Formats: sequence, structure tokens, C-alpha cells
Amino acid sequence: MSRSGLIEQERYTCAIGALQSVVAIPRAVPILHSGPGCGDMIAGFFERSTGYAGGPTSPCTNFTETDVVFGGIDKLRQIISNTYKVLDTDLQVVLTGCTSGIVGDDIGGLVEEFKEEGKPIVSVETAGFKCNNFEAHSLVVNAIIDQYSDFYGTKPRTEKNRVNLIASIPYQDAFWKGNLVEYKRLLKGLGIDANILFGPYCGGVKEWQNIPAANFNILVSPWYGKPIADNLASKYEQPYYWYHHIPIGANQAEEFLYGVLNFAIENEAEIDEETAKSFIERESKAYYEEIDNLATFLLEFRYGLPNHVHILHDAGYVAALSKFLLHEVGIIPKEQFVTDNAPLEFQEEIRANIAATSNKREIKVYFEPDAGAAQDMIRKLSHSGRGLIIGSGWDKELAKEKDYDFLSAALPTPYRLVLTSNYCGFTGGLRVIEDIYNTVLSTYK
Amino acid sequence: MSEINLKSPSVTIRETRINSITGYQGSADGLVAASKCLMKDKNRTFSQCVGCATSKAACMTILIQDGAVISHGPVGCSSCLHEFAFTYRVNSYLREVQNPTQRKIFSTNLTEKDTVFGGTAKLEATIREVKERVNPNVIFVLTTCAAGIIGDDVGNVCDEASQELSIPVVAIFCEGFRSRVWTTGFDAAYHGIARKLIKSAKKRRDDIINVINFWGTDIFKEWFAPFGAVPNYITPYSTLASLESSSESAATVQACSTLGSYLGAVLEKEFGVPEIPAAPPYGIAQTDRWFRALGRILDKEEIAEQIIAEKKEKYLPEIEKVREKLKGKRAYVTAGAAHGHALLDVLGELGMRAVGAAIFHHDCRYDSGRDENDQLAQRVSDYGNVPNFNVCNKQEFELVNVLFKLRPDVLLARHGGMTLWGAKLGIPALLIGDEHYSMGYEGLVNYGNRLIEVIENDEFVKNLEKHAVNPYTKWWLAQEPYAFLEGGAIA
Repeated sequence: MSRSGLIEQERYTCAIGALQSVVAIPRAVPILHSGPGCGDMIAGFFERSTGYAGGPTSPCTNFTETDVVFGGIDKLRQIISNTYKVLDTDLQVVLTGCTSGIVGDDIGGLVEEFKEEGKPIVSVETAGFKCNNFEAHSLVVNAIIDQYSDFYGTKPRTEKNRVNLIASIPYQDAFWKGNLVEYKRLLKGLGIDANILFGPYCGGVKEWQNIPAANFNILVSPWYGKPIADNLASKYEQPYYWYHHIPIGANQAEEFLYGVLNFAIENEAEIDEETAKSFIERESKAYYEEIDNLATFLLEFRYGLPNHVHILHDAGYVAALSKFLLHEVGIIPKEQFVTDNAPLEFQEEIRANIAATSNKREIKVYFEPDAGAAQDMIRKLSHSGRGLIIGSGWDKELAKEKDYDFLSAALPTPYRLVLTSNYCGFTGGLRVIEDIYNTVLSTYK
Repeated sequence: MSEINLKSPSVTIRETRINSITGYQGSADGLVAASKCLMKDKNRTFSQCVGCATSKAACMTILIQDGAVISHGPVGCSSCLHEFAFTYRVNSYLREVQNPTQRKIFSTNLTEKDTVFGGTAKLEATIREVKERVNPNVIFVLTTCAAGIIGDDVGNVCDEASQELSIPVVAIFCEGFRSRVWTTGFDAAYHGIARKLIKSAKKRRDDIINVINFWGTDIFKEWFAPFGAVPNYITPYSTLASLESSSESAATVQACSTLGSYLGAVLEKEFGVPEIPAAPPYGIAQTDRWFRALGRILDKEEIAEQIIAEKKEKYLPEIEKVREKLKGKRAYVTAGAAHGHALLDVLGELGMRAVGAAIFHHDCRYDSGRDENDQLAQRVSDYGNVPNFNVCNKQEFELVNVLFKLRPDVLLARHGGMTLWGAKLGIPALLIGDEHYSMGYEGLVNYGNRLIEVIENDEFVKNLEKHAVNPYTKWWLAQEPYAFLEGGAIA
């Protein structure tokens, strides 16, 4: 951590960045009560992330000096009521910026007025100075649960085989769309229906209304999203199965799926265990057919492949990729950098999870949201063999300096497009392998 | 006329300085006439995300080769700045920067505690740490809404840091809420640069001409060569040293009068570098005026005439061919103020019909105070009026409504995000990032050919149209486009 608390090369954005979690809900609209630049900054950070009504479509009060002095609540009232005229949406989420946060506009009270008219509207305080978007994602989701989902009278825990999945953060995880769909497919293979809540394969606001019906929940995350699982646990007494990182490749996917399976059975889900197990086995078999075909290339390619890796990513990806690359690809994880500003209380757990990757080697982990400092550390490191850096677009220049291979997998990612690819699961592991070695092979010209 | 006061830490905002507005509905000639008096800006009762000064100030500082930039605010206020790091890297070859260095971009990362106790101590420590970490020749500190409202004395912190570290540390006041016109951010950056970096000229060089621009192709090198001069580009790819000595140049030209209005005037009024009395060279009429004005200022009028004659001979036949193909095509323009006017010039010159425009703001005058800088007035007198001329600060709902009704043959845009709605409605859309691309005689050929291509190759937009998602209500699309603008039906 820097002495001053500065951050060089941001890998996340501020609280209002969680407006993207609203954008990820089909037909939902974020309404910004913020300065004029907030939406533009967020759109610029995530890139290609407009969705249904995000980016330049999102209504915004665009605070002026007058609003700072006199408050902007009347302007917000006008903009909300005209949003209903201009945009056709199923859910409206009002998010505040620093300006509103500091001048203290009572948006909760205002939003109540619209709720009384029967509007599906929610408000949440996301002043940028409050926290980053990893944390604010939970604020936004919990606000929707508390102020929207809760009002439909859905009886808690009525569907034995339904779960709410709390995993990839929309847009902050570049692979969120593909990941959520892949989780849904894998869980379906076990006989479990998952509310994935975001993206084109979720059921939109209807699915959000059905959140209480789930029998239990699944949290796939080292730390972010946990307040959502906790909220649901206390609100609807839904227990949750917690897997601490994104399961990439066969080892982790199997561990994850067997874990879920056991948890489901313990919680009296109606699961045909044999069918579920044979599903996992078939997935695994298909995966190893690829690894079998690939192994000759990994072992024999004589013109040079990377043998070690530095990862700069959120804690979930750092843990998952370290485990996956070591055991299933044969690339040695060296010093790793967690750039998500993981709170202190989770750091020991994350450290232990990464340490458990191997009992014969130590993997050094640094918690460093100041990624410029992380880069400076990597600049000074030297390991024998060809190196690989997996990080954000910022790291492309570092990789060039060090003459390492580079895979862009974290945000911001101006050098790579990700549409619906997934990194989770068996297929996700194969995709990571394709991405790494396509990058490596493209260096041969 | 204009308010330039380099003693003041912050620039006077555009609304006050040059009567800039963000809402108008009418025609181009109506706006030209109205601009001669004081215009009152109009409010909207519905609005969408726009953009703010801080990212504009960032774009004019991050691309300075040997500087570092600190955003004094929460992390969100600098989260799109990686885009400029990308720009710097990929466009560096245009300025013959062989090894573009990593951009040095920092946030003081203000948190809730700082909003209570103030963020100046954090800023002081950050400045020191940045100096130590990357050893830049100059540090720019950009302010944000949060820093502005809690009242951190950023100017004082920067001045003291300058003393302590013996490098310039420049405070740039660009809080988003201060101005409704995001281009105030350019002015804010230039104001800081003029106050703290540009030195009084010790000599006058007749072989250097300042060019205030973005990061377009290096066409000015070729254009200035016959005059025996080279361009000094401000500020992208400049260095501390080249900025310091920009006061010695023979003249200043601009690629876009919106961008350079303030700095051009400051260089003239405070440092004695004359700004050429002509709007940028888009369209034949304006290109001729521009070269003549440049010739006059350099006292090389015969060279200007020679260039114009050569260019006419070389390019007029090609321009004629382009005109044949584009004649009568209906185009709609959406862009930042002066560049939008420039595109309207180009359309006029190519014989196309400008059926309307949504221009992001309007400056009723320029800081130079000269009528010759008024590109819109010239557009109207050179090529005629533009109907459906609106001032609209990237309000997508208005643009969608207008396009839905006007259905032009092509949409010309400059600013990310604006072409999408052309394409969604099946209208071929073109965005050219390089602001020099359509300049001069050769620009008409370049741009004209691109337009022909874009209009011809419409399969993609026609297919997209069939599948486009549209969040706008039927009710809205049936209203007048400016219904929510003050004076409109619903406002």
C-alpha cells in the first residue's frame, strides 16, 4: 500500500460504478443523482457496457453549482417522473454521487413518493467516496432486495431446488455474462435451478421477485457479495454454500459442484444424486479429452512457452488462476497481486486459500490496490524462463518492458473484447488455455 | 470582452466568459443572429448523463510526454483515464514518439473520512510520493466535485509542493458541477498551463507555429513547410520545455475553435503570440481564408497564394468527382461545437444537404473577440442556413427522436456513443476521430470518399435496425424532440 493512500492505475472504480449491476438486469434503468461526469467516467471505465438503458441513456440530474448550494431534490423528482414518460423500463434504481452525498439530499424520502404510486423504484447511496464498486455491488443488490423483491409477498424457501447465485460482479468481472450462464448450466446438470439475476439468460425482474423462494444460496467469491448472502440468510433464513473463488478448470469445478450437491442434499433439495454425479463425470471426461490432446503440445512445443506467471486481479481470480495454472496447465504461479482492495478481515482467509494451492511451494501474495506499486515490484523481480502476466490493459506495457507474454483478463481492458466467453467451470478452464496459448503462438510470426 | 485573468487560480467558466449555452432549438442563422446579444441558457426537465470538465482537463494533461497527473478525488473521478493512456500509446507514431512511455495517472483516492476532515494532507503526501515514484518534470492536480465541495485548498498545496520539490505542480480547477459546459475543462487545463508553465518570451521565432489540437495526423508539418515553419503541437505529445517556450512562436492556429478559444486568446493577449484571425480550414472557402490569414501574419502572402493555387489544381478535379456522388444526400451532424460547424462546412462544400444538427454546446463568441473565428456564421454565409439546428449536450433522447423523424441518409458524429442510434435506426453513421482528417482540400477528398463508402456499405446498419433494442417509449418518439427543453411543450 502506498504511504499516502494514493492509487495508480485503477483496476476498479468508485461506488457509483455499481450502477452497472442495474444495467445488467434486463429492462432496468439506473437514474443518477450525481455530477454530470459520473456516468461518463463509469462508461469509460467499463467500455462497451451500455446495456438496455446504461451509458448515455441513463437519466441524470447533472448537478450544477446551484444544486450544490440549494440541493437537487426537486430536479430529481422532475427527472424521475419524466423517466416514466421517456423510457420503457421495469425497475428504476436511483443512485447518488458525491455531490448529493455531501449536500445530503433525502432521496429515500423522495423515492417513497413514487413507491406510493406503485412504481417499482429503489434508491441507494453510492457516493464515490463511500467505497469502491466491489463493495457497492452488494449495496445495490441489497437495496433492490429490501426495497423491491421483498414487496411481492413471495413465500421464503418454497422451491426446494431453487438457489440464488451470488458470483461474478456484472461488468467488473469481464466474463460475468458467460460465467453466469455456465453456472446456470452446471447447476441445472445437478437438478438445481439458479436465479442468476443478471444478463440475458436471467428472468429479469420476475426472477428478482422470486428471490425469497430459493431454498438456499450459493456464494462464489472471496469476499465481495458476501453481504448479499448474509442479508438473504437473515431475511429469509436461506443458508448459503460458500465457495471462495471462481472455479476454473476440472479440479475446482468438481470441488465446487460436489460441494453444492452435498449442500443441496443436506438442505433437502430433491436431487437425483446418481444423475447429478454422472453429469459431473461426463463434463469432466469431455474436459480431459481436451487436456489429453493438448498435453503433447504443452510438453513438447520446442520454441518456448511461458513457465511462470504473475497475476494482477481480484482475489477470486488470483486464487483460481494460481491453482488452475499450476495443476492443470503446468505454469508456476510466482508473486501474485490482489488489486481489489479486499478488506483486511478477509485477507488471512484469502492468503490461506492461495497458500493451499501447493504444499511444496510458497506463492507470495500481495494485497495492492495501488497497482502502479504492484507493477514496480514486478519490474524488480526476475525468474528464469519465459514469463506471463495476466492482468488488465495497464499491464500490457509492463509485459512489453519485461518481454513477457500478456493476457488481458482484468479491468480495464482496452486491448481485449470479451462478449460471452466464460472462465468458470470446465469449459472456462479450456478457454483460459486457448487464450494463453493463442497469445503465445501469435508471437511467432 | 473576454475575461482572461491569469492571477486567478481558476478559469472563469465558459457560460460567464463567452456566453456558452447548452440548449437551443431553431436554425443556424437564427442562432448566429441571437448570439450577437446575450443569450440565456435553457434548462431541461429531463436529462441524461453528459460528461464533465475533469476528463477534458485530463485529456489535455495526460498526453504531455513528461508529466504526471493526479486526480484529487475518489477513484471514480479518474476511472476512464486509462483511455488516454491507450490513445497516447497507439497514436504516438503520428508525432514520431518512438518509445511512448507509460502514462502516469494517480488518484488521491478520497474516502468518507477525507470528506469530513479534508483531503489536503493526503494530497500533499500523494504529490511527494508521485515525485518519488515516477520523477516527472511536471505534476498536474485535477480537482473533482468532492474536493471542491469540501473546500480543500488545492492551489495552496500545489504552490507549496512546487517550492518543496522544485518542479512545477499545477492545480487545475475542473470540478464537474462548476460548469454545464464540459469543454470548460480544456480551458481549466490551459489556464493552469498558462499560469504556471508558459514563460514570457525572450525571443520571437518566425519558424514555429503553435497548433492547439488533439492527437490528429501531422498534416501541419507539411502545410507549414512552404512558410519555413514547423508546428508546435499543444498539448498532446508536447513536453514541459515545448510548452514553456510556446510564447516564442510566430503565431497560433487551432484545429477546433471550441478547444483552443481560450488558450489562443491567452497566448495572444498575455504572451504576444498572435492568433490567426480565421476559423479552422474546413471547406474550400474557409481553407483559402485560413491560408491567406496565415500568410498575412507571417508576412508571406505570396506563399499562401501559391499553396492555394497548387491545391486547387491538384484537388479540385477529385473534389468534383466526390461531389457528383454525394450531391443531394441528406446528412445530420452531431458533434462538439466548432467541430460540428466544421463538418457542416464540409457537407456544404460537398454539395450535401445538412438536414439538421445537434451541437453539444454553443459559444456565443470566442475569447479572441473576433468575428472571423465564428465558424457557424461563416457556414451560413458560405453554404446557407441549416434547419433543425439544435444545441443539445449529448441528450440521447433528443437525438433519437430527431433521427427517428428526419431519417437522414447519413449521420456524422464526433464523440463516442453518438453513432449507435444512427445505426440502430438503419442510418449509416460515421465517426472520424482524427480532427485533421477533413481539413483543407485533401480533407474534402478524404472525408468525401469515406462518406461515399459509408453510405454505400449499409448492410450492417440495415441488419442491426431489424434487431435493435429500443428503450424509448412510443409516446416519446411521437413528441416534438425538444419538448423537455425550457419553452417546449412539456417543460
